[in-house]
Amino acid sequence: MKQIVLKNVTKKFTTKTLGSITAVNNFSLEIEEGECFSFLGPSGCGKTTTLRMVAGFEDLTEGEIHLGGKAVSVKDKNIYVPPEERGLGMVFQAFAVWPHMNVFDNVAFPLKVQKMNKSDIKRLTQIALKHTNLNGLESVYPSDLSGGEQQRIALARAIVTSPKVLLLDEPLSNLDPKLRESMRFEIKELQKKYNFTIIFVTHDQSEAMALSDRMLVMDMGNIIQIDTPRNMYNKPINKFVHKFLGQSNFIRVVIKDGKAYPKGDLSQEIPCDVDEGAKPEMLLAVRPNAININHTRGYRTKIEKRIILTDNVEYFVKVGDQMLEVETPHRNEFKEGEPCCLEFIHSLWYEDDGIDLDAERNKRQII
Amino acid sequence: MASVKFENITFRYGSNTILKDYSLEIDESQIMGIVGPSGCGKTTLIRCLCGFIKPEKGNIYVGKTCVYSADKRINIAPEKRNIGVVFQDYAVWPHMTVYENIIYPMKKRKVPKQEITKRADYALSQVRMTEYKKHLPSQLSGGQQQRVAIARALVSSDQLIVLDEPITNLDLKLREEMLEEIRSIQRNTGTTFIYITHDQEAALKLCDKIAIMDVHGYICQTGTDEEIIYKPSNRFVFSFMGVSNFIPLLKKQDGLYIDVGEHMKVNHEVPAEIKDNVNYVMGIRPMDILFSENSAVKGIIKSATFLGSQYNYFIQLGNREIRVQRNTLDTLQSREYMEGEAVGLDFARVFYYEEPLEEVES
Amino acid sequence: MRIGIRNKDLARQDGKRVRLDGMLTMLSFIILFIVVIIPLFMIIYNAFFYEGNLDVQLFINVIFSGDNLGAIKNTVIIALCVTVFGTIMGIFYAWLLGRSDIPLKGLMRGLFTIPYMFPPFFGAMAWDLLLSGRGGYLNNWLMQTFNLAEAPININSVWGIVFVEVSYYFPFVFMQVVSALERMDPTLEESARISGAKQGYVIRKITLPLVLPAISAGALLILISSLSHFGVPSILGFSQNIYTLPTKIYQLINRAAGDFQGVREGAALSVLLIFIVGTALILQRAVLRSGSYDIIRGKSMRPMLIKLRGAKQPLLIFAFLSLIVIVLVPLVMIFLVGLLKAYGLPLIPANFTLKNYTNILFNNKMVSDAIGNSLFLSVSAGIIAMFLGVMIAYVIIKIKPKGKEVLEVISILPYSIPGTVLAIGVILAWSGAIAKINLYNTIWIILIAYIARYLSFSMKSASASLQQVHYSLEDAARSCGASHMESLKDITLPLIRPAMVSGFFLIFLPAMRELTTSVLLYGPYTRTLGVAIYSLRSDGYITQASALASVAILLIIICNTIVTQITKDRKGV
Repeated sequence: MKQIVLKNVTKKFTTKTLGSITAVNNFSLEIEEGECFSFLGPSGCGKTTTLRMVAGFEDLTEGEIHLGGKAVSVKDKNIYVPPEERGLGMVFQAFAVWPHMNVFDNVAFPLKVQKMNKSDIKRLTQIALKHTNLNGLESVYPSDLSGGEQQRIALARAIVTSPKVLLLDEPLSNLDPKLRESMRFEIKELQKKYNFTIIFVTHDQSEAMALSDRMLVMDMGNIIQIDTPRNMYNKPINKFVHKFLGQSNFIRVVIKDGKAYPKGDLSQEIPCDVDEGAKPEMLLAVRPNAININHTRGYRTKIEKRIILTDNVEYFVKVGDQMLEVETPHRNEFKEGEPCCLEFIHSLWYEDDGIDLDAERNKRQII
Repeated sequence: MASVKFENITFRYGSNTILKDYSLEIDESQIMGIVGPSGCGKTTLIRCLCGFIKPEKGNIYVGKTCVYSADKRINIAPEKRNIGVVFQDYAVWPHMTVYENIIYPMKKRKVPKQEITKRADYALSQVRMTEYKKHLPSQLSGGQQQRVAIARALVSSDQLIVLDEPITNLDLKLREEMLEEIRSIQRNTGTTFIYITHDQEAALKLCDKIAIMDVHGYICQTGTDEEIIYKPSNRFVFSFMGVSNFIPLLKKQDGLYIDVGEHMKVNHEVPAEIKDNVNYVMGIRPMDILFSENSAVKGIIKSATFLGSQYNYFIQLGNREIRVQRNTLDTLQSREYMEGEAVGLDFARVFYYEEPLEEVES
Repeated sequence: MRIGIRNKDLARQDGKRVRLDGMLTMLSFIILFIVVIIPLFMIIYNAFFYEGNLDVQLFINVIFSGDNLGAIKNTVIIALCVTVFGTIMGIFYAWLLGRSDIPLKGLMRGLFTIPYMFPPFFGAMAWDLLLSGRGGYLNNWLMQTFNLAEAPININSVWGIVFVEVSYYFPFVFMQVVSALERMDPTLEESARISGAKQGYVIRKITLPLVLPAISAGALLILISSLSHFGVPSILGFSQNIYTLPTKIYQLINRAAGDFQGVREGAALSVLLIFIVGTALILQRAVLRSGSYDIIRGKSMRPMLIKLRGAKQPLLIFAFLSLIVIVLVPLVMIFLVGLLKAYGLPLIPANFTLKNYTNILFNNKMVSDAIGNSLFLSVSAGIIAMFLGVMIAYVIIKIKPKGKEVLEVISILPYSIPGTVLAIGVILAWSGAIAKINLYNTIWIILIAYIARYLSFSMKSASASLQQVHYSLEDAARSCGASHMESLKDITLPLIRPAMVSGFFLIFLPAMRELTTSVLLYGPYTRTLGVAIYSLRSDGYITQASALASVAILLIIICNTIVTQITKDRKGV
């Protein structure tokens, strides 16, 4: 069953500095029951606005939203269900736990609102606390707890009514890196237990990939690509998505007689497949960890620089006059200055359009 | 360009000893990283070096000059030590333009006018901020303010620049860029840099040499990236540098076993360093655990997560849960492993640590 | 981790810094001792000692006299009522402006600042003109229209005093709560709504509890201000023999006419007033300490405004009407009466003249002296207190010597001491009691009182600003080659300059209209603007008093405009 449906949703804002701006443009999406779906994009791309429209905190300029088969926002028919009647669980970036209530009262709040009887409130709250590893902290106030624990309270509060849909608005960005990683696994565990339908909004690609069944990448109000994490990582639809999903090398390449050469240096071809219809100048995109660095096979060059990191070794090598980053496990040792060969295990072609939209993106961040 | 020498520095705050007999030598024209968890005393050390606070004991030399000596009652004022400092919160003066910020140190040091303009322009071009000369700091982003702070430090001293967690407040992409820039600026100017951070990854990427401090203010190891990653001097250094698993070991007649509730024989030889009658743990990084069909060490994959550049696995190994990471390249070349699957494990690059008597959490 | 070292052995090695820091610390203590501690000590000493001997009898007599007991009762009743009504009103407007979608918010906000600008006794004068029990303009009109035998509303009553004080003090709560609402993370309320709670429930269970600390802070500010307030009860109460503690003290001193026994009685009552205000202060500290929640977090987002829908029109009309009555009517009244040929004539253009204005401005020596005195006092008190405030703030925030808490308390103390009490302390201290210095009846005694009274204003403004000047900014200057002195001059002072300017005006503006302290300290030639208006009125020159008040209002508006212009384009932290 389709749990969340957005049809042609558009949101326009009027701002003092930029005039009218389309924060979300003609956004259509269907999310299946039990699916964990991530919205990924740089800040200002419209992902949070979209989520807030699903929650009911923002009006729609156009389009409609359905939750569990029921229309909750339909612009044309003037349907609007307020947030409290949508039956959602939601976790915010800034935790939003109430400092004047202890852990138990925070988590029990959604049940008390429903006027449930005392013993049920107690039972359900205890279950939610247990699932978020908060048992024992019932009477503690949030200000005495760490950021991670506060976010767990928010999580417990969101799941205590066992809602069908859980909305997570960058819930991990205010935590330190170690905690962020472990909370990621906790959310995954919770989803397995409760079988929520989740929308997870984030700007961190590894979070999105670790958690979601499917995800989308947004840029300046538009959906760029909807796919599974694996497909998204391995076959990004354009340069922007490629860059956003992880480290990337883009090699400017000249195609001559069906062979690829680094731009400005025709002495050695790059061993890779070239499409029939390739334009004379293309970008070859390859991730640092998809290059096999070895002694015998592939493009001959030498190590310019080596950085030994905890988990990997980073090599900098030149292809033509372009610097490339290669990342390999520790078992593959080269010294600085040593000759080496590069095999491109997995590479993609993009057209070299040379358009840079970063200035436009930066402007949107300020809003 | 100057070397720096700390000799037996002791610093106490109330009854709390932050540094005790701390000695460190820093070669000239290098980037020296001083790395440690927060609260280890690295910022205290730097504030002693700059003269903002005074150690109780010890001597500090910058080049051949003694800037502080408790015995000889030498304490050169901060303004006369000739050290450029880049602070964590940038400390760019908000009431001065970028240009005014940068010429301030030269004005105070009475540099001739023409020279000031020349050096300021050079410093601005070094940090790629020439076009922002007339801006006020409030009109700049965090990264740009940090660049101004670096330029100001550059003109302030050509012998020694200290950077105190300069990129912590920036976002990930910008951090990478700034590291590159700091690196190339140092290569261009040849000035000695001291880089203070709690981020071991940044230090590895940037520094020629790294000194690792523990929470008690002791230096555990000083060395290059290679020495620190391949020959960590103790268990603290090993675990501070990244995610690690510690698995208890058991030496038997016929070889080495891991002790995880049940005993499983490890595929490699018993190393010579293992003594009898001592308990050992094996320290191993998630990336160095390999899947292998013919290993006697068997575990079950509890969770497998695709993270883009790598896969992350939690593996139930006897009564322990260990973490394994696998490069996506390896996966592309072999196959994916699924949750619930039983796998054999090989351990590459193992470090052996004597186990203290009490149980230590992994 | 930032660590400052306070080890004396080591400090000795760095001579220069210690000398400058030590000098500033010493100076701060000495000045505060002279300005604050001595007057306070003199009050307590004189209340309990007579010619060197302990004498509790006078104190007991004063406290248990029937008159004074009545004054105590009035003071407490008025203060409590003002606090309750002022708080309710403040919360209502704060919610309306902070959370509802009511239009014209900017305009209403502008109107709320007006009670801040003008002294409450102007309001008392205006309401007295309108609703005086013996026939104010409004009362007369009501009596004629409805054929009433006597005035329907009598402003010369405890309730009249409460009404006027509420209209001047409710902004304390309003400002506190509206800023708390604006800084509050909107997701705190949103997460309650997504949990299933309706709007009204969210207000009751989440919003109100979270702004409770702000409400109580504002309420206590009202309580303390009202307890020590002089202007309104003196203008509205004297004619009906309604006294509060501050006005009773004034009456005692005034009647004594220099007689020492009267001053001692005043001192005894002052001790009592200090005790009552002190209790309120302790309460305030306790509330502030226990209360403030960390509610400012996360990304800045517009809070969701509550749609008033049908209630919008009526609420808007109500809000505007009440604001006009509270804020604009008194001002207009004062202007109109200032134009009248004689008090009591109907307010029609035929009776208007500018003679009152020309009279007071050009033909009245007392008034021109008063304007000159007030200008001199406000400017010099402004400048002196500003620099002292900056110095003390620097010592407290940056040098942090031992006993900085004491320094902080002493410098804020005079603000909480009722102006009447402070005046008595200054009289007792500087009328020859100490080192034969007799400043009584000179302008200097008023200046000393002003400095003591307003020091905390500039101190607070400078500390807030200094707290923004992070250590590393000064450290950076030093590592760039600047000495400690130079880093102060080049970095710290320029950065707090805006705070110094606004600190000056924070003193200059209230000093220009000051009444409470000056009314006890003025001599034949040292009347201030406030005193001049007050005396003209009590001598029966009501039209002239109104004209002078109008001039004062114009002056205050002009100065305020200048301040907003200056503080608008400020550069720095």
